[in-house]
Amino acid sequence: VCFIPGGLDCSISFVSHVLGKVCVHGRQKEILSVLVPHLTDITKSDCIWQRICWRLVECVPDRWMEAVVLGFVQRAPGPDTLSRLLGNVVVKNKKAQFVVTQKVLLLQYCHTTAVLQNLLGYLSLDSLRRALLIKVLQELLETWSSSSAVKHSPPEQQQYISKAILICLSHLKEPEIESCRQELLTSMMEGVKCHLDSNLPQIRRLGMIVAESISSKINTDGPVLKFQYEEDDEARELKSLLVQTPPFRVAPSLPDDENETAGAALPLVSESNKKSHTADPVMPDEESDAELDSDDDLIPYDMSEDKELKTKAPVYIRDCIEVLTGSEDVDKWEATVKALESLVRKNPTATREVSMELAKILLHLEEKTSIEGFVVLRQRAQVAVLTTDPIPVAKYLTSQFYSLNYSLCQRVDILDVLVLAAQELSYPKSCGKTKHSDAQKPCIQLLPGSDSSKDWRRIVDERIKIKTRRFATGQSQVELASSPNEFSSVAGYFFFPLIQHFDRPLTTFDLLGEDHFVLGRLVHTLAILMYLAVNTVAVTAMGKALLEFVWALRFHTDSYVRQGLLSCISSVLVSVPAECLLEDMTEELLETQSWLGDVVEKDPDGDCRRLALQSLLLMENLKKKLKTVPS
Amino acid sequence: MALPPPDPQFVLRGTGAAVHALHFSCGGQEPDVPVLFSGSENGFVHVWNLKTHRVDTALDGHGGKSVCCVETMGGKTRLLSQGRDQRICLWDLAEGRTSVTDSVFTENVGFCRCSLLEVAAGRWLMAMAAKALEEVQVLELPSKTSVCTLKPAVGAKLGMPMCLKLWQLNCGSQPLLLAGYEDGSVVLWNLSTGKALSQLACHEEPVMSLDFDSEKAKGISGSSEKVLSIWSLNEQQNLQVYKTHKLVNAGISDITIRPDKKILATAGWDHRIRIFGWKKLKPLAVLDYHTATVHCVSFSDHRNPRDRLLAAGSKDHRISIWSIYTQT
Repeated sequence: VCFIPGGLDCSISFVSHVLGKVCVHGRQKEILSVLVPHLTDITKSDCIWQRICWRLVECVPDRWMEAVVLGFVQRAPGPDTLSRLLGNVVVKNKKAQFVVTQKVLLLQYCHTTAVLQNLLGYLSLDSLRRALLIKVLQELLETWSSSSAVKHSPPEQQQYISKAILICLSHLKEPEIESCRQELLTSMMEGVKCHLDSNLPQIRRLGMIVAESISSKINTDGPVLKFQYEEDDEARELKSLLVQTPPFRVAPSLPDDENETAGAALPLVSESNKKSHTADPVMPDEESDAELDSDDDLIPYDMSEDKELKTKAPVYIRDCIEVLTGSEDVDKWEATVKALESLVRKNPTATREVSMELAKILLHLEEKTSIEGFVVLRQRAQVAVLTTDPIPVAKYLTSQFYSLNYSLCQRVDILDVLVLAAQELSYPKSCGKTKHSDAQKPCIQLLPGSDSSKDWRRIVDERIKIKTRRFATGQSQVELASSPNEFSSVAGYFFFPLIQHFDRPLTTFDLLGEDHFVLGRLVHTLAILMYLAVNTVAVTAMGKALLEFVWALRFHTDSYVRQGLLSCISSVLVSVPAECLLEDMTEELLETQSWLGDVVEKDPDGDCRRLALQSLLLMENLKKKLKTVPS
Repeated sequence: MALPPPDPQFVLRGTGAAVHALHFSCGGQEPDVPVLFSGSENGFVHVWNLKTHRVDTALDGHGGKSVCCVETMGGKTRLLSQGRDQRICLWDLAEGRTSVTDSVFTENVGFCRCSLLEVAAGRWLMAMAAKALEEVQVLELPSKTSVCTLKPAVGAKLGMPMCLKLWQLNCGSQPLLLAGYEDGSVVLWNLSTGKALSQLACHEEPVMSLDFDSEKAKGISGSSEKVLSIWSLNEQQNLQVYKTHKLVNAGISDITIRPDKKILATAGWDHRIRIFGWKKLKPLAVLDYHTATVHCVSFSDHRNPRDRLLAAGSKDHRISIWSIYTQT
C-alpha cells in the first residue's frame, strides 16, 4: 500500500475502511505487520505523515475501531511510537476510548506486559490524555480493592490488573498523586485487606507488592509500608514495572559517567592493596626475630581434648520433661530441645508412659531462646511421640484441635504433625533397618514378634547355604522385607475426630466462618490421611465419611478449600478398593461425578478445574477396570 | 607425639563450699610443714597440711560470708583474709593460736581482692577497693594508716575496680599499683602522687584478674570474654597492648605467673586450668579435672624447684594440686 505524497488534498477514508475491514476479518497480523513499521519510519520526523496517520485511524468506522486500535497497540514498538501513530484518537473517538481504557484493561487479561506498557505509556504522553490515565488508575484500583473481585476472579486476571496498576503509578507525576492521594490511600487499605484474607499465597503476595508500591508513592518522606514475602522472579518483575526506564537518547551519556567513576574506583582499590602489602612484611620480621632467641625447653602436653564446652542434655525422658516444664537453665533447655526427638525414639517404652504429658508440653512449647530450626525440632519431637504411642496421643491432639484458646498456628501445627506421623506409620520399614539393629545389639533384647520370626528363618537359611553345593545360581532378586502396616490400627483415631466437629463453631474458632484458612488446611490434611490409609481396614468407612463431608462443603467460596475438597475425592478414589466403592458408595459417587463435571466447566480457579478433571479421569478408569474384570 | 596432660598429684576435699582463694606457704625449712591456705564461700579459711593432705585448722572469722582473698604476711604465722562481710582480718597463727589480732573495715561490698606488698621489714602496703564505687584505697599495715586514695578522673566511667596488683621494681623504688576495672581497662597508678600514669583499654568486658612481671615489665589480664590480653610497660610508664590470645571458651577467673616467671596458669569458667609459657604465651597444657568453674589458681613458693606445686580451687568444693613443669 503506498500513499500519494505531495500537496494534494486527498481523502483517506477509503483506506481507513479497507484497513478496518481487513482487521476485523482477522487479518490484523498480516496487514499491520507491514503497515506499522512503515508508518513508524515515515512519521518519525514528518508531521504531515503523522497527521495522515491520525486521520487514517480516526476515519475507521466504529464497528471496526476495536480491531484496528488493538492491532496498533499490540504492534507498536513503544509508547511514544504509539503516540505518534494514534495521536489523540482516544480522546476524540468514544469507541477507541472504551477499548483502550475499559476493554483492554478490565475485561480482558490476555495481553502481555509490553502491551500494557505501550498503552499506559501512550496515555501518559499527552496532557489531554493524562486525565484518562488518572481515570484508568481509579477504575483499576476499584477493581483491585473489591473483595468479590479478589475472591472470584482468576489469579491471572488479578496479576494483570496489578501490573497495570503498577505501570500507571510509575507514570504519575507528583501533583497528580497529590490530587488523588486520599483515594489512593483508601483503596490501598481496602485492597490490602481483601488480598491478605485470601488463602492463595500468590494473591497475598500480589496484594502486598501493590500496596507497598502505592504506599511508597504517596508517602515519599514518611515511613512506607513494608511486607515480608518471598522474592522470586515474578515479584522482581512486578517491582521493576514501578520504575520507568528513561528513553534511549539519555542513555549514551550514562556509560561515560560510569566509566569515569569506575576508573576512579580502581586506583583506590589498588592503592589500598599496596598499603596492606607493605604492612604485612613488617609483622613476620618481628615474629621471626622473636622465634630465634626463645628457650623452648617447655614441651607442651597434648591439648587435643580442649574443645568448646557444651552443656549435656539429659539422658532420660522424665528429666527432659522436668527441664522443659520447670528449668530456668537456658543452656540445658536448649540442649534438651535438640536431643528430645532421638531420646523419644530410642526409649519407646519410657515414652509410652509419659506420652500424653510430652504431647501436651510440646504443643504448648514456646521458643525461649533463639535456637536454629526450633519449629522443625519441635515438630519432629511431636511426630516421634505420636508414632511411638499413636492412639492416646492422636486422641489428645484431635480433641485439642477443636478446643478453645489455641492459636491458628497451633491448630495448623496439630494437622501437620498428624500428617507426618501418619506418613511415617504407613510407610513400610525397609529391610536395611531391621538387619542393622539385629547386628548391633547383643543377645539380650526384646525383639518384637515379627523380627524373631525372620531371625530363625535366616539362621536356617544360612545353615542350608553352607551345607549345600550349588551348581548354578539363578538371578538373585532382592526381596523387600514386609512388615505390618502400623497405620492400619490407628488410622481411624487420626481421621474421624477431625471430621466430627467441623460445623460446630466455638467462640474463638469458627471453621466455616472466618477461619477458612484452617478449614483449607484441614481439608488437605484429610485428603492426605485418606491417601495414606490405603490397604487399611477402616478405609471404606473413612471414604464414605469423607465423601459426605465433601458434599456438605462443595460450594465453599474459597478456592483453596475447594482444591482440598477435590483432592479428597481423588484420594478416596485411589485408596478405597473398587469393589467397596461400588458396593457402599454408589449414590455418593454419582452425585460427586455430576458435581465434578460442573466444576470442570464453571469454576474460576484453574487448579480446581484441573483437579476435578483428574478425579473424573480416575472415575472413568475405575469404570473401565470393573468392566474388564469378569464378574 | 604429645603426652596426655598429667593428673593432679592429689586433691584436697573437705572445704564443704566453693573455694575462692588460695595461698601457699611452703618456704620454711624442715621440720616446718608446707601449708596451703584456702578461703571458701562459707566464710572459713582452711589451713591444709600438705604432708598429710588434711585440714590442720579451720579459721572462722567472717561470719559465714565468703572469703575472697588470703595472703600471708611474712611466713605462715601471720595471715590476712578478706571476706565479703566487708572486713579484712589479720590473724596470728603462731604456736597454734587462731585469733584475729586486727581487722580493717573496708565498707566495700564488691568482689575485688586486695593486694599486699611488703615495702620494708614489717611494713606492708595494702590496696583494696574503697567505699566509693570507683575508688581504690591504699593502707599501710599494720598501722592501718591511709597512704592515698586513688580516684579516677571525673567522667572516666571505669566502673568498679575488679582486681589490683601492687608492685615495685626493686626494694626501695616507688611502689605502683595496677588496677583492672569493670569497663575493661587497666590503669597504672602512682601512689605518691595519687595520679594515674597510664590507662589502657584491654578488654570489652570487665577485667577479672591480672598479674604483672616487674622484671620484664609485662603483664597479662583475663576477662569474661574469650581473650587474654598481654600488655607491656615502656620507659615512659605507658601501657601498651603487646599481644592478645584467643581462648576456646570464654571466662577467666584468675591468672597467676609462677615466681620463676617461666609459666603462668589461668583458671577458667569452662572448668579448665590452662598453662602457658610466659615468654611467648605458648599454650602448654590444659588441665581438665574440675567439674565446675575454677575460681583461683596459685603457685607454691617451695625453695626446691622440684617440689613446686600448682593449686586450683573450684566451685565443686575441691582443690586440685598439680606438679607440672617442675624440671625447669
